Amino acid sequence: METIILFAPLLGAVIAGFGWRMIGETGAIWLSTGLLFLVALLSWIVFLGFDGETRQTELFRYIQSGALDTSWAIRLDRLTAIMLVVVTTVSSLVHLYSVGYMAGDANFRDGESYRPRFFAYLSFFTFAMLMLVTSDNLVQMFFGWEGVGVASYLLIGFYFRKPSANAAAIKAFIVNRVGDFGFALGIFGLFLMVDSINFDDVFAAGPVLAETQLQFLWREWNAANLLAFLLFVGAMGKSAQFFLHTWLPDAMEGPTPVSALIHAATMVTAGVFLVCRMSPLLEFAPEAKAIIVWIGAITAFFAATVALVQNDIKRVIAYSTCSQLGYMFVAAGVGVYSAAMFHLFTHAFFKAMLFLGAGAVIHGMHHEQDMRHYGGLRHRMPRTFWAMLIGTLAITGVGIPLTTIGFAGFLSKDAIIESAWGAHSPAGDFAFWALVIAAFMTSFYSWRLMFLTFFGAPRGDRHTHEHAHESPAVMVIPLAGLALGAVFAGMIWFKPFFGTHEEVNAFYGVPEHHAEATHGHGADDHTEATTGAGDHAEGWMPGQGAVFTHPENHVLEAAHRAPKWVKLSPAVMMLLGLGLAWLFYIRAPGLPGRLARAQPRAYRFLLNKWYVDEIYDAAFVRPAMAGGRLLWRRGDGTIIDGALNGIAMGVIPFLTRLAGRAQSGYIFTYAFAMVIGVVVLISWMMIGGGAE
Amino acid sequence: MENLLSIVTFIPTLAALILALFLRGDDAPAQQNAKWLALIATGTAFLLSLFILSGFDPNDTGFQFVEEAEWILGLKYKMGVDGISVLFVMLTTFLMPLVILACWDVTHRVKDYMIAFLVLETMMLGVFMALDLVLFYLFFEAGLIPMFLIIGIWGGKERIYAAFKFFLYTFLGSVLMLVAMIGMYHDAGTTDIPALLNHQFSSGTVSVMGFEVIGGLQMLLWIAFFASFAVKLPMWPVHTWLPDAHVQAPTAGSVVLAAILLKMGGYGFLRFSLPMFPVASDLLAPLIFWLSATAIVYTSLVALVQEDMKKLIAYSSVAHMGYVTMGIFAANQQGIDGAIFQMLSHGFISGALFLCVGVIYDRMHTRQIDAYGGLVNRMPAYALVFMFFTLANVGLPGTSGFVGEFLTLMGVFQANTWVALFATSGVILSAAYALWLYRRVMMGDLIKEALRSITDMTGRERLIFAPLVAMTLLLGVCPWLATDLIGPSVGHLIAEYHAALPVTESATQIAASH
Repeated sequence: METIILFAPLLGAVIAGFGWRMIGETGAIWLSTGLLFLVALLSWIVFLGFDGETRQTELFRYIQSGALDTSWAIRLDRLTAIMLVVVTTVSSLVHLYSVGYMAGDANFRDGESYRPRFFAYLSFFTFAMLMLVTSDNLVQMFFGWEGVGVASYLLIGFYFRKPSANAAAIKAFIVNRVGDFGFALGIFGLFLMVDSINFDDVFAAGPVLAETQLQFLWREWNAANLLAFLLFVGAMGKSAQFFLHTWLPDAMEGPTPVSALIHAATMVTAGVFLVCRMSPLLEFAPEAKAIIVWIGAITAFFAATVALVQNDIKRVIAYSTCSQLGYMFVAAGVGVYSAAMFHLFTHAFFKAMLFLGAGAVIHGMHHEQDMRHYGGLRHRMPRTFWAMLIGTLAITGVGIPLTTIGFAGFLSKDAIIESAWGAHSPAGDFAFWALVIAAFMTSFYSWRLMFLTFFGAPRGDRHTHEHAHESPAVMVIPLAGLALGAVFAGMIWFKPFFGTHEEVNAFYGVPEHHAEATHGHGADDHTEATTGAGDHAEGWMPGQGAVFTHPENHVLEAAHRAPKWVKLSPAVMMLLGLGLAWLFYIRAPGLPGRLARAQPRAYRFLLNKWYVDEIYDAAFVRPAMAGGRLLWRRGDGTIIDGALNGIAMGVIPFLTRLAGRAQSGYIFTYAFAMVIGVVVLISWMMIGGGAE
Repeated sequence: MENLLSIVTFIPTLAALILALFLRGDDAPAQQNAKWLALIATGTAFLLSLFILSGFDPNDTGFQFVEEAEWILGLKYKMGVDGISVLFVMLTTFLMPLVILACWDVTHRVKDYMIAFLVLETMMLGVFMALDLVLFYLFFEAGLIPMFLIIGIWGGKERIYAAFKFFLYTFLGSVLMLVAMIGMYHDAGTTDIPALLNHQFSSGTVSVMGFEVIGGLQMLLWIAFFASFAVKLPMWPVHTWLPDAHVQAPTAGSVVLAAILLKMGGYGFLRFSLPMFPVASDLLAPLIFWLSATAIVYTSLVALVQEDMKKLIAYSSVAHMGYVTMGIFAANQQGIDGAIFQMLSHGFISGALFLCVGVIYDRMHTRQIDAYGGLVNRMPAYALVFMFFTLANVGLPGTSGFVGEFLTLMGVFQANTWVALFATSGVILSAAYALWLYRRVMMGDLIKEALRSITDMTGRERLIFAPLVAMTLLLGVCPWLATDLIGPSVGHLIAEYHAALPVTESATQIAASH
């Protein structure tokens, strides 16, 4: 069944991409969409029927060289099962949505067949993403990793006539490559230490790596910390974490269904998946974990500040995605991988829904994306409005505090904030406050988006507003599907993701004795910690079950024991954000403008996204181009060719004379004479030498 | 078939002889005949070479299909293949029919053109099969002549300058190699390559003109060979002939140059430098590492600012060869497997990229990137092929380009993490220059008036690309098809190499590789 799940999207992509002339455009579109729905159905069957036992299916061999022995294989465990459901569900709904959204796109001319290509890319993306999540070794994961990158590149640049789309596509690929650079070094390092990059071997090596030093660059590092960090650099690129986040907002140049599928629900969460997948290594890399927490918290905070002032509806949601990914990394970094996966799971539904809702608005408003030109659209697009409202309630975390009743985001986001508090570390404390403040901003910018779009009086072009329309059924049905997830996903799966240790362990297939060893803390725990890695292997093995938590990792319990004010703080922040947004955009709409004028520097700083793009342009792009020019003209031209010309000075005049009257016949004669000369020389030397 | 290697090697020359002696006239039918004969000859050579592949036993690390005969002046004719060379032979025979197809539209002195390519094929095959030093040298040097003529007669405006730069560069390298070969014969008393592989060249410090040379004779010979192979490959900083040669060469010439001729340098390192002079190789490996890392970063940066498509791809070739040299001298299984794989893969990918440039050059007669833009509007099939090879060039997993880069970097990481760091940064830069090139040529709206009527690929062009796409994908998904053949011979090479190093050193090397 997993094999069908894996390859059906590839089949769909190939048929839609190459065979559409035979089966027709419509045939290609519905075939790829149908296959995706089949795959989604199978994925749910796998997910719900999964018993927690890791299953590995080897398909065929891949790269083999000496000790390196990798195969194309499917690893099915709880992490994979979760990702299967997320990827295929969102992908199938986005396929369906695109049937409506991509019909009659104004970016293409009449008679151009662009739709089969679009569906082929979408299906190919899904295939690559599934390869990523089902991989059983790091190199197959890297295949999926780069595969989704290419799909993303192709889809961002789908409107190939738009220069901005082309630029954004390249930027996305290159920035991701910066992350891959770290990822690749991490893989090489793991191979050097473990002699294998298959997950089972890597996981088992965790305790050893923690006590090994690795010579890298100028000094020796703790192997586990260094390798975990390098892999995390890959995750930073893919998941748009601070420093490597610049591509994600620009990626909004792609069609909106792409933003929903790739740049919100699935691909960008691959980094979080990687970190959770590597939990057996992470648990032995405390410093790398701290870095992950810091970066995640900074990203969550930074992206939320930028989202406050953006005017493009898609960019607001893009920065929101960036910020939410930061939340997930914080959870993974403090060691509650399950909470990270929980948020990944719920976020996929409500963020995809927000994007698709935004797409419906853009579609209905004739590709107007500036929220300043919206207003009052809830009357014209009631169903889209309700969908967006559910999405907003989910992302801002509406629910009944101190219970487990609420929208999906309420449960998963609070789980992360409590986990950050439960870490009781400097990084955790920082993250806690950063995330609480970010929760306030999340609420503000999400409601700002709602109020600007759906409330108040219509602004902007009157003609556009008069023709604003609700979207067709194929676009509304996916919204309904995602709405189910956004409302119920949190409540239904709260216990397995963020219940007691036993419940979580049972969900992830972590063996019982491990749970007991983990549960006993206090005096026993200290003795176990001092006995060293050898004894650890008796009780448990890293790699059993889908995620691994160190026996000394009690963050989950600490999070559950968090005081009431900690548990209440996100809800309070959510209400404050809502109130302020209401004040700014409903009660006194003149206020934001006055504030921006009063604080022009702060406003411009946020509007220009902290000037990160400008800094990178000055620090990397321009120097690279200037360096290239310098090396070419001066290095190759003046120095190398100059020196060689100098050496060959005696030959040059001869050459010029020769070239002056060059006829092919002469060249042949000269060339031949030179080689014959050499042949004669060598023969003579050989015979002479032999006679000696 | 007892003389399989010789038959495969000399079928093209036989066809060239027939053309030279019997084909008269330069009218259309005669041209047609010349092309068909060349195609049939190269095709036959390919089909026959499949017998080499099927008869090859990968677990035998010695030379196979060995032929030996006395030749003029007491010299020996000896041919054979092992796991290191067999796939280069296959690469050559596989590509040559495609190359002939690629020059189907040439009208200027067609017969001579065909003869040049046919002779060139024999010379290249000879290089990869020769098991005698003199024979190797003859093939290695004589291969220059047809290539030199292809650039000099059928090339672009600056062809004479480029041809001479190419010739002088490679020729100066060869002279040193010649001296070294004489030295080897003097020391070992034989020109038999298998025998030389077992001969221990002395590595005690010697004094040359007052200079103490560590590594002794090995060091001197190594440097002489290095001069030749480094130019051929080419390595930074002796690479500047390559961009000029590529720009001036006709499309088919560029394909052969990039896809096969460059590989002779890498093959030379593997056949001579590493196994015959292990002590010197070990001492100078850091030099190679740094030259390679410099090449990757330097030429990638230079590629970024090129305005001529062929120059850009030529610089990209130099960067890709950086992975090869680095992998070879990492002297571990991943490094050398990766280096050989990278050379094969680069054969398909760079060949295809030069063909891609050829497709639009044939239509517009310019290689300036500025002259294009928005081609995707009128050339969807071409856009797909060009995109595919652009991504393969960037080293996308699933294409063969990835495997070579990945393995060589993995190999080098075990030897020197600094070098691995710099070399890995090449994956960022390669994405930058390759995708930017693609964007400027293919993407955007089609605005330029001259491009309005450009046509998509013809059936012949599609036929040329199809096998290249197939091989790039096949080796990308099933790299073991190649590494199974390469692996045992490389393993043997590495074992001998480490055994030949002084004890303490080899012990640390082995410790480091685990």
